[in-house]
Amino acid sequence: MTTFADAGVLDEINRDDTGLRRWLHGLPGVDEVGADARAAVLGTRSIKTTSKAWALDLAIRMVDLTTLEGADTPGTIRSLAAKARRPDPEDPGCPQVAALCVYNDLVEEAVGHLKGTPIKVAAVTTAFPSGRASLAVKVADTRDAVRAGADEIDMVIDRGAFLSGRYAKVYDEIIAVREVCAEGEAVRGRPPHLKVILETGELVTYDNVRRAAWLAMLAGADFVKTSTGKISPAATLPTTMLLLEAVRDWHVLTGRAVGVKPAGGIRTAKDAIKHLVLVNETAGPDWLDPDRFRLGASSLLNDLLLQRRRMAIGAYASAEHLTLG
Amino acid sequence: MTEPGGRVDIRIDIRKTYKLYIGGAFPRSESGRSYVVRAADGRFLANAAAASRKDARDAVSAALTAQPGWAAATAYNRGQILYRVAELLQGRRDQFVSEVADAEGLHIAGLGAAGSDGAAAALVDAAIDRWVWYAGWSDKIAQIAGNANPVAGPYFNLSVPEPTGVVAVLAPQASSLLGLVSVVAPVIVSGNACVVLASQERPLPAVTLSEVLATSDLPGGVVNVLTGSTAEVAPWLAAHEAVGALDLAGAAPLPGRQASVDWGELERSAASTLTRVLRLAGSAPSSEPAEEPDWTAPPPGPARILAFTETKTVWHPKGR
Amino acid sequence: MPTFEYAPAPQSRDVDVKPSHGLFIGGEFTDPVEGQTLETLNPATEEVLSKVAVAGMADVDRAVRAARAAFGRVWEPMPGRERARYLFRIARILQERSRELAVLETLDNGKPIRESRDVDVPLAAAHFFYHAGWADKLEHAGLGTRPRPLGVAGQVIPWNFPLLMLAWKIAPALATGNTVVLKPAETTPLTALLFAEICQQADLPPGVVNIVPGAGATGAAVVAHPDVDKVAFTGSTEVGRQIARSAAGTRKKVTLELGGKAANIVFDDAPIDQAVEGVVNGIFFNQGHVCCAGSRLLVQESIAEEFGERLRRRIQLLRVGDPLDKNTDVGAVNSAVQLAKIRELTDAADAEGATRWTEPCELPDRGYWFAPTVFTDVAPAHRIAREEVFGPVLAVLTFRTPQEAVARANNTPYGLSAGVWTEKGSRILWMADRLQAGVVWANTFNRFDPASPFGGYKESGFGREGGRQGLAAYLKEASA
Repeated sequence: MTTFADAGVLDEINRDDTGLRRWLHGLPGVDEVGADARAAVLGTRSIKTTSKAWALDLAIRMVDLTTLEGADTPGTIRSLAAKARRPDPEDPGCPQVAALCVYNDLVEEAVGHLKGTPIKVAAVTTAFPSGRASLAVKVADTRDAVRAGADEIDMVIDRGAFLSGRYAKVYDEIIAVREVCAEGEAVRGRPPHLKVILETGELVTYDNVRRAAWLAMLAGADFVKTSTGKISPAATLPTTMLLLEAVRDWHVLTGRAVGVKPAGGIRTAKDAIKHLVLVNETAGPDWLDPDRFRLGASSLLNDLLLQRRRMAIGAYASAEHLTLG
Repeated sequence: MTEPGGRVDIRIDIRKTYKLYIGGAFPRSESGRSYVVRAADGRFLANAAAASRKDARDAVSAALTAQPGWAAATAYNRGQILYRVAELLQGRRDQFVSEVADAEGLHIAGLGAAGSDGAAAALVDAAIDRWVWYAGWSDKIAQIAGNANPVAGPYFNLSVPEPTGVVAVLAPQASSLLGLVSVVAPVIVSGNACVVLASQERPLPAVTLSEVLATSDLPGGVVNVLTGSTAEVAPWLAAHEAVGALDLAGAAPLPGRQASVDWGELERSAASTLTRVLRLAGSAPSSEPAEEPDWTAPPPGPARILAFTETKTVWHPKGR
Repeated sequence: MPTFEYAPAPQSRDVDVKPSHGLFIGGEFTDPVEGQTLETLNPATEEVLSKVAVAGMADVDRAVRAARAAFGRVWEPMPGRERARYLFRIARILQERSRELAVLETLDNGKPIRESRDVDVPLAAAHFFYHAGWADKLEHAGLGTRPRPLGVAGQVIPWNFPLLMLAWKIAPALATGNTVVLKPAETTPLTALLFAEICQQADLPPGVVNIVPGAGATGAAVVAHPDVDKVAFTGSTEVGRQIARSAAGTRKKVTLELGGKAANIVFDDAPIDQAVEGVVNGIFFNQGHVCCAGSRLLVQESIAEEFGERLRRRIQLLRVGDPLDKNTDVGAVNSAVQLAKIRELTDAADAEGATRWTEPCELPDRGYWFAPTVFTDVAPAHRIAREEVFGPVLAVLTFRTPQEAVARANNTPYGLSAGVWTEKGSRILWMADRLQAGVVWANTFNRFDPASPFGGYKESGFGREGGRQGLAAYLKEASA
């Protein structure tokens, strides 16, 4: 497929409020009813047997196992790390999750428990979840996590600035955080991946979601992520679909692949598989990879394991065989 | 009760507790009060909850919470849900016949309870039909009360009826089920939520109706049913600032009685927030005795639905 | 590396198809006088599903007499409230037996189970619900103070939405107090015959609904019967002309819902992803066997190339195959005859110089199949731009200005539907004013609702079905 436009046009965008507005508001609109209808149809796709087993394992490999509670302790991180390494203690064949997602003061703890595994440690930063702090604080917050050895940084955008049209502020903050990530090269040999959380539930309209995704990609996001999980609605099928459309079109335009991470509200294996169908039919099979698609969740993993177990034993499984996370 | 064989049946009935219906739940009155409900022949029937002004306030809150979602449901969906209510009413037909017969004194001499073809049964059947009739209006009212307006200019101009919001309904005092259904169904079919103050002396069919609604797919809070003193509770509903409209059907007393409320007074109280008021049928002023209409007569049209709607007109230019 | 594949997810075929079916006349299944039968096939496999009795002249006459008797004795005198109850019952039974109906429809028609399950059957039930509500409110419909039924309605329906078209015909007829003789299409009689059973379950008085399967001759007999008061037909414009001629000079009231060549007009400011979906849905829904299908894409020149790429990328995701598979998007063409017509018109497009692009997909060996196809470089004069293909074939043309879009869209003898895609509201309304089409969809396509009137301008027929306007086709105002 040819590119829709010359990627060179991106160089011509003035990175100030006016220039960014002109560009973002020139993106095609999203018809809410039509987008919802398309996502709903994809939600009815039916997956069976071998594909389902494969899809469940893929979904487990995509999970960013998350704990973001004020009550988190080194102890809860230790047990969650154990769960990440060995999701189903009764089945060594069960794949490991993609990452453990924690607050930045617990990054060191998580890194320690996951040493020697391919499991990544993701840290939420930039005054997560509200993002209401000065840039200096956000930078320091991120730097903390990077120095502690985080492989991935999940930052939030300034939704207030976005909604009031101060796109340059949002853009500049992402750039600043990305620069801090670059410092990580010295710590881990490569800079942490940057995931940009749009908090789509606060952006409200699909037009805003699309614009925020493009803005984040322009600023160099490695991933665009729907939500913090602290606001309802969090990830929904239509918003995930919009992000997948955005990364698809961005790839066509620039050749650069950006990942997508729906987070919050995905609780069942059925939800997860619906998301995978969405990935397959929107961004395409190349995105069916933990490097390009993640599922941010806490309780989802257990349901995936339950369904996996059900397929293995051929009967409905009980959660008592699963470990608490 | 004596069985045909002369054997005495000593089983003691389990009696039902009649409670309020607020937000989809069945609370007692927060006041803890109840009052005795008697059959037309004076027999004790039940202790019904005597709602207080705070219960009325809670009921209005529940209606306010439920109304936007109910209005946002498609008209077709509302119609389906209301038709399902009619199916459930049909399933409880015998219970309603007995309660209406008790309340309105329609027992057939010598039969104890009303027969299935007695006057009470006819009223219950009419009530079910009335409910179905109104249910069918859900996706049609906009088609007869809405229209495109040929304004003089390059504009699209469309008027559609929309629900008013929360409606306080004083249910008829005499017609305990048919009258009740005739005032509740038209209010909710367009997407309003309501607080119904049941007939003070004949409240039991209203409570049973609330049980039917609770087991239907009607979202909790769309209909809230209070039992108790009309004179005590109605003024609080009429004056409530969140109540958008008021149906005064229940301001007419039982035949031969003095009115317990002055509907003119309720209307004056409603006027302070410009609450819409549907007056009693007839043209007499409130100083004269009011009379309950004959609910068995089919409604001549959907006027009761339209009484609780607002017309919204949308303008949009037409240009390239 | 493993790939993500939808394993086949076939709907279990747990529906018994009776080996033979009679005619449904006077509330009973009966044998035809002349004893003729037809075989109805599963177009996805070419296997015979059932032998169905064909109604001859004498059978049609019996059916009309049964309908006339039911009209006079029961149905017309019955209060609307009671008629409503029968329609509500039918609606409920349609819902209760929805799975059975959906599977049977898919077997007989070839359409994907997802469509028969999610569109045809629920909409059919909705039509009965909606019209049940009208049965006792006709005096409020703005069609006179004392609207009366016409009498016996002769109805002939097509094979593209067998049950849904039946509902569009029977529900308003019954609600308004008419009785019905309905001829289902030759290739898709099964759901109509199951509907006859449903009428029995609903205790519908005998003769109110009569079903007379058969081919063109049976349809002609229904339409020409002197005791039929009302003719309602959905089908081709050619047959529509014959019916209009046959009814000319009689007292019969006629409504015709005929062919179309709808333009789906995409402006450069359209919500692009939804427009792609809408264009795909507009032409590939139901294999393009839709009279209002958006078979002409008119795309603004400035985005034509990009839109074409997006369209092809999207079409490649369409899953063509077993209609009973819940993941199938495009099923089988309904018959060999129809497949031949599609081939003839697409071959003509090749010959006239249009550029063909076909979705690369594997088609089953048996059955009637046509892969989703797009023609570009189409000129307005090409047959592919003018004639109704009634298949999964899209002709792409371009335009530069709104005037040009309107001119091209209207440049057809048809006028059933049109689509407009733009984020600019005032342009939608400007276009809608000028498009000669009975239905204009803006930023959506192929939406149907019992409350919404449907029908065409020009040679797409006359009269409307659905909504308040649809009732008018079955009523007259009684003289005082």
